[in-house]
Amino acid sequence: MSTPQTTIFSPATAARFDRLVALYPVKRSALVPMLLYAQDEVGYISDAVVAEVAQRVGITELDVRNVLTYYSMLRTKPIGKYNVQVCTNISCMLRDGYGILEHCKKRLGIEHKGTTSDGLFSLEEVECIGACCWAPAIQINYDFYDELTPDKMDQILEDYKAGRGKETV
Amino acid sequence: MADVTFTVDGKKLTAPAGTLLIDACRTSGIEIPAFCYYPKLSMQAACRMCVVRIEKMPKLQTACTTPVTEGMVVATETDEIKQARKATIELLLGNHPLDCPVCDAGGECELQDMTFKYGAAESKYVEIKQHREEQQWSPVVYFDRPRCILCYRCVTVCGPGMDVWALGIQNRGVGAVIAPNGQDHLNCEECGMCIDLCPVGALTSGTYRYKTRPWEMNHIATICTHCGDGCKTTLGVRRVNDGMEIVRGDNRDKSGINGDFLCNKGRYAFDFANRTDRLTKPLVRQPDGNFAEVSWDHALDFAAKKLREIREAKGGQAIGVIGSNRTTNEESYLLQKFARTIVGTNNIDHHRTADYVSFAAALAGKAGRTASLRDTLTAPAILLLGNDPTNQHPALAWNLRSNVRLHRARVYVANHVEIKLRRQAKAFLQIPQDGYASLVQYLAGNDSAIAANDTTAAFRDALRKEESLLIVFGSEFRGRDIQALVDFGLSLPNTKFAALGDYANSRGAADMGVLPDMLPGYVPVSDAAHFTDEYGAPLPKTPGMDLLQMFDAAQRGDLAAMYIVGSNPVSRFGVDPAVLKNTFLIVQDMFLTETAQLADVIFPAANLYEKAGTVTNTYGDIQLVKKAADKAGVRTDFELIVRLADRMGADPKKLVPFGRGVTADMGQSRGPESGEADRHAVWLAANRLELKLSPFDPFATLDEIQRLVPSYHVSRLELLTGTEQPEKFDLVQIQPAGSRRDLVLPAEDTLFTSGTLGRFSDMMKAVVESHTTPNPAQTAAD
Repeated sequence: MSTPQTTIFSPATAARFDRLVALYPVKRSALVPMLLYAQDEVGYISDAVVAEVAQRVGITELDVRNVLTYYSMLRTKPIGKYNVQVCTNISCMLRDGYGILEHCKKRLGIEHKGTTSDGLFSLEEVECIGACCWAPAIQINYDFYDELTPDKMDQILEDYKAGRGKETV
Repeated sequence: MADVTFTVDGKKLTAPAGTLLIDACRTSGIEIPAFCYYPKLSMQAACRMCVVRIEKMPKLQTACTTPVTEGMVVATETDEIKQARKATIELLLGNHPLDCPVCDAGGECELQDMTFKYGAAESKYVEIKQHREEQQWSPVVYFDRPRCILCYRCVTVCGPGMDVWALGIQNRGVGAVIAPNGQDHLNCEECGMCIDLCPVGALTSGTYRYKTRPWEMNHIATICTHCGDGCKTTLGVRRVNDGMEIVRGDNRDKSGINGDFLCNKGRYAFDFANRTDRLTKPLVRQPDGNFAEVSWDHALDFAAKKLREIREAKGGQAIGVIGSNRTTNEESYLLQKFARTIVGTNNIDHHRTADYVSFAAALAGKAGRTASLRDTLTAPAILLLGNDPTNQHPALAWNLRSNVRLHRARVYVANHVEIKLRRQAKAFLQIPQDGYASLVQYLAGNDSAIAANDTTAAFRDALRKEESLLIVFGSEFRGRDIQALVDFGLSLPNTKFAALGDYANSRGAADMGVLPDMLPGYVPVSDAAHFTDEYGAPLPKTPGMDLLQMFDAAQRGDLAAMYIVGSNPVSRFGVDPAVLKNTFLIVQDMFLTETAQLADVIFPAANLYEKAGTVTNTYGDIQLVKKAADKAGVRTDFELIVRLADRMGADPKKLVPFGRGVTADMGQSRGPESGEADRHAVWLAANRLELKLSPFDPFATLDEIQRLVPSYHVSRLELLTGTEQPEKFDLVQIQPAGSRRDLVLPAEDTLFTSGTLGRFSDMMKAVVESHTTPNPAQTAAD
C-alpha cells in the first residue's frame, strides 16, 4: 500500500483511499471516486490534491488533470459553502426553472458559477438532476429541493443563511 | 491470419483478416484521407475524415476502425462521402486560423491538402475565432493552440509510442486542449515525434521554425552521426553563402531501418555542423607557440615533410595513428592502409566502445547469428543484458517498446540499475554491477553462480522455454564474458546476438582494422598474406601499440609523431598535455578540441553529413552515407589522408585504386548539389555502373574493402538504393583471441549528450538546461 508519508487528507479519507486503490484490478480505476471524495473533503480539487492523488494512483499529475478537467462536477477552484445547483433541463425548464435561476441570481447577487462575497453561496446552472417529477428542482450540495416557487426558494436560502439548512458537508 | 477478399471502389482486394480497412486500401494504392489515424498507433476515430460507405451498413463508417471482412463492398469516393468530408473540414476549420503563409507546416500540411481537395469555399461559421498565444513548451517544441485539430496523434505517440506520457488532453468539448505534463513545459525525452506526426502546424520545431519552406530545401537521407544505432535521418538542406546548410532533420519519409522514428539527436543535434567556430582553415603552430592560418599547400607540405623525416630517421614505429568513431568505413580503412603501408607501422588504434574483436571471435564461422536493428522490432523474445537503450540506443528502445506493444514480444531485462525499459519487460532482474558474468553462468546452468531465488529461477526458466531468442548486450561484456555469453546463447535452439557500442561508426572502425593487432576483417597482423598481394607491399607483422601504449610511449619520448583523425583522446582518456610536448601532432577535426589545441598542424575536416561512403552501425548493418551539407574550407578525412599520402611521396593510385582506364569528368567533381552529378549518379546506379575517376572517390576504396573483407561482400546495388545490408559476420576469419587488452571505454552517453559531437550542439545544451532549471509552473490551459 503506497500510503504517502504525509497526507493532506483526514485519516478516515486516507484510509478510504487506501482501500479504494486495492478494490480495482487496475489502480487508476479508483481515480474518479478518489477525486470526488477529495472534493467533498477539501471543497475543490487543489494542486495539492492532484499531486497526492497522482501519487496514490501511480500516474502522472497530467493524467489526473486529463480526467479532472473532463468532468464538470469536479472543480479546480474553491466555491461557497453551499453550492446551489439549479436545473434548467427540459422538465424544469417547462416549469420555470429559468425563473428560479434568475430569482437566485437576483437574490444572491451573483451570476452562474459565481460565489457570494461572504463565501456562503455559489450558484450554478446544471443539466438534469433527476427530479423531473417534481420540477422545478435544485440541489444544494447533496440535498434536493423540489416543486419550487420563488417564495419557497427565498425560504430555503434564508434557512441556509441562518444555519438551518440540511447540512451534509 | 487467413486472407479475406473484399471490394473497394470496384477493385477486388485481398488482405489478412483483421487488417484495418484504411491500411488495406493504402497498401493497394487507394488513399483514404485521415488526420487522427497513424499506422501502428492506437485507434482514435476522432477526426471522421476517413469515412467510407460500406454496403449493408446504415451509416458512413470510419475506415480507420473497421477491420476488413469477407465479401465487404466499400466505396471510398462518392459524392456523399465528399460532402461528409467537406463538412468535417468545415468543422475543423472552425477555429483554425488562416495563417498558412506564416505557418511552418505550410506546404506540407495535411489539413491544407485536404482543404484543397474537399474544402468548402465558404464557412458557415461567423463566430470570432478562439485565439490563444503560442506557447513554448521546451527549447525545441512550440505549440500553437488554435492550429490544433485535436487529432491526438501527438498524445498517442508520446504515450504508448515513447512511453513518456508527456502530453494529455484537458477540458471537455469545445474547450479541449492538448496539454504538456509540466503544466507549461514538457518533461520528456524531447524526441520531437509529436512534431513530426502533427498533421498541421500546431506543434513546431525550435530548430526549424520560421526558417524556410519545404520546397526551398533539398532532402537527403543519410545516417545520423551520433549513437551506434545508425538511424536514417532525412536532412533538409539549403544553399547559404559558405556551402549547404542543414535546416532540418526528420524522417517523415520513413526511409531506412528506423522507419519514421528519430530521437532528439537525429532531429536537432545536427547544428554542430552550422557552428561558426568550426575550423575552416588549416592551422600550423608557429615558433611563438600560436596557431597561424596557412594555405592548404603549406599545411600539407609541412605535415607530410615532418612525417616523412621522422619515418626515415626513426622508422614507422616512432609514429602513431589514432582513428575515429565517426568517419566512414572507407576513411577508417584508408587510414589503416596509410598507417601500415605508407607510415609502415601497426601503431594504430581508436577509442573502442565495445569489444567487437571478442564478439567476432566468439561467433567465428557461425552464419546468421547477428541481428540487424530491424530484428529487434520483430523478434518474439529478447534478452537485454546491461546498457540503457532509452538513453544510449533510442532506436533500439523504440523497437523494443513497439515490439512489445504490436507483437507482444517478451523482453527479459537484466541490469544493475532500474532502466526505463523494465516497464515493457516481461521480467526484470536487478543484479550487482559486476554480476553480469555470474548471471550468464547461472543462466547456463550453474546454480551457485549467483544467490538464486524464485525470481531468478523464474527468469531462467522463462528464457529457456523460448524457442528463439535475441540476446542484446552492452559493453558490460568483454573478452571471455562475451565468449561465455555466446556459448550460452548457442546452447539454446535459435539465438541471435547484438553487441551494443557507442558512436556512429565504432563498429566500422573495428571492422576496418583501426586496431594495432588486427587488419580489416579481424585478420591478425601476423597473417597479412592477401593484403600484401593487394597492396603490393609488405606490411608490418608485429602488433603495434594500442592507444594507451602510444601515449605512454610519447611520455617516454619514444613517439616522435602522432596523426589523430576525428578523435579527442586527450579529453576522453584524460591524457596530460605535457605527455605530448615532444611529439609532432597532426590533428584533423571539426573543432579546436582539447587534443587539437596541442597540435602542430590542424586540418579542418568535414563531418559525416558532408561526405559520402558507408558506415556500419553497432548491429552490423552497413549503410550508405550521402553528402547532404557542405562547408567552404573543410575537406573530407578521405581527401586529407590521400593528400597527405601523396605529399609523403606515396602513389595515390596504390592507396586508392581509382580510374581504371576512364578519364572523363562525369560531373562528380562539381559536387552532388550541381544537379548534373545527381542525374549521373542515378543513371550510373540504374545501369549498375560506377565510374571512379578521382583519388577522392571513396567507392574505389569500398571496392577494395569488398575484395579483402569477405564480411563486407554485400550487394552494392542494394546499398545504393538506400537499403541497409547486414554484414556477413560468419565470414570473419578470426583466430581465437589470445590475451589481448580490450581497452573498451564506453561513452556512457545520456540521451542529450550524444556521440563525440553532442557537446557542440547548442540545441542539445539548451534542452539539457531546460531540464535542469525548470520554469516556475503556470497553468497551460489558459
